[in-house]
Amino acid sequence: MSALDISGLRVAITGGTSGLGLALVRRLLDRGAQVAFVARGRDGVERVRRELPRAHGIVGDVSRKEDIHPIAIQMLGALGGLDVLVNNASSLGPVPLAPLADTECEDLELALATNVVGPFRLTKVLLGALAASARDGRAPLVVNISSDAAINAYPGWGAYGASKAALHHLSRIWNEELMAEGIRVISIDPGDMDTPLHALAVPDADRSQLKSPDTAAGELVALIAAHIRASQRVLESAR
Amino acid sequence: MIPAAAAVQRPTDAKLLVVDASGHITHRDRVDFPALIEAGDLVIANDAATLPASLFGVHLPTGRPIEVRLAGTRTLLARERARFTAVAFGEGDFRTPTEHRPAPPAFDAGDVLQLGPLRAMVVNVLGHPRLIEIEFQHSIAETWEGLARHGRPIQYAYLQEPLAIWDTWTPIAAAPVAFEAPSAGFILDWRVIAAIRARGAAFATITHAAGISSTGDADVDALLPLDEPYFIPESTASRIATTRRRSGRIIAVGTTVVRALEDAAARHGHVRGGTGVATLRVSRLTPLRVVDALVTGQHEPDTSHYELLRAFLNDVVLERVTDEANARHYRTHEFGDSLFIAVRRAGPAKAGHYVCGPAKAGRYVCGDSGNSPDGQR
Repeated sequence: MSALDISGLRVAITGGTSGLGLALVRRLLDRGAQVAFVARGRDGVERVRRELPRAHGIVGDVSRKEDIHPIAIQMLGALGGLDVLVNNASSLGPVPLAPLADTECEDLELALATNVVGPFRLTKVLLGALAASARDGRAPLVVNISSDAAINAYPGWGAYGASKAALHHLSRIWNEELMAEGIRVISIDPGDMDTPLHALAVPDADRSQLKSPDTAAGELVALIAAHIRASQRVLESAR
Repeated sequence: MIPAAAAVQRPTDAKLLVVDASGHITHRDRVDFPALIEAGDLVIANDAATLPASLFGVHLPTGRPIEVRLAGTRTLLARERARFTAVAFGEGDFRTPTEHRPAPPAFDAGDVLQLGPLRAMVVNVLGHPRLIEIEFQHSIAETWEGLARHGRPIQYAYLQEPLAIWDTWTPIAAAPVAFEAPSAGFILDWRVIAAIRARGAAFATITHAAGISSTGDADVDALLPLDEPYFIPESTASRIATTRRRSGRIIAVGTTVVRALEDAAARHGHVRGGTGVATLRVSRLTPLRVVDALVTGQHEPDTSHYELLRAFLNDVVLERVTDEANARHYRTHEFGDSLFIAVRRAGPAKAGHYVCGPAKAGRYVCGDSGNSPDGQR
């Protein structure tokens, strides 16, 4: 690639039919990226496909081991490779939120499966494609969507917070280990957003106090663009 | 030799038979593979991911059950309706060795196959009742979804358990275009790649749509390998040029890499980036213009894979390799032990005499740098 840019970037986003994921799909398409998105529900995927025919919709559940390779095959088949993976799909754990003492083990397991093991599996199976992107000088990036609940101990957010803490730390270690392959892994907290997930967690929240997913998506796209520019500078100085 | 019966990509006791540039044979643990790599070498692997290419369904004109194994294609990632060469079997599954499976129904062009959610039309019968060209009657997105969800990896009768898709993807797997696993790549994991770099060598990839390797039907197998599309990234082509300028060796991981690189070099005189379709059958008559060493699996004589080894080794050495592998119980097939063949020593090549190394290496045909159009080698 002569000039690295969002345009032409091959991006895959999980949880792409609502909230931050959908806002990201829209914004990245607007900037000329090739985008594949994943969601569990076929109806939601069809709805977004109708709204955004250039996006590649994939039905799949990242918390299910059996779905990971079918998701990856469709992503790589549609995009022909991968430069950016956004692990955005998340599970709250118990709904409504519950203190850990009242959290069913199965709800904790679901949060871990969706928020930690799923992103781990998907990242791992896509590492070959990401490393190929790096060898082509395309500065591949994995963005794991985290939360301030990964850092702070909010009562009631035990399953979610613990799983996001694990994802956050996983991201940091991936990032150290994949440096040599030229793959960057970051974990970011987009802030409290007005999303279906937030509404499930805090049904009586004052929505006017919440960030819009579109604003958060704009910040994330700016961050991806900055990463690409920085990588390009590194590549140029290495020449 | 005995088939490896468990789908473990990197068994800790895997063995590596090493043939050096003089034809001398040694035996090593496969985990020591990076020790064979020298500073300045370039290791090139095939990063094709394996498709779930086995599709069960019904031949609608007769209502009979069939298994269709996608076996090859002309384009890497189709943009229009996807067409594949396929091998068809009658009812039964992988527990029955393919040579004992009933024949599929007689196909006519225009027959429709219902393969789970996918409809495919027989476009052509290709010179053998089992070998057909099919076209999926769906958009590309629907075809990918149908393959991803309904397809299963091609199974092997010698394995105890059914193969899952994750058993067939190498750690470096990227574009899903291989019909069977580029299994030489099982030797690699990220630590091995790091160890290659730590030795001062480089690592690169090509993408080659590895076709079906055998069908159990001798007449069909005689037609293998089918034409295979490949993609050579610009970054890989430029690393090859740099490596050769500095007299490093090009080490291919897998026969598919040999086929792609040698096909590209035979066409253009050197390896350039871009896509191509490998029609070259590498055999004893093929001069090796690019590849200096090969790491691959252990395979039985009478396979196209084994024939390819004749480009690297003369019959005397190849027979010794087979005898030693038998005597030491090397395991064959996709999940078996490995073979490393160097036809040139590491370090500066002698001017004007490139690939052969010492005459004792016994390669059948040696290239001469004077003849190559672009002056490379």
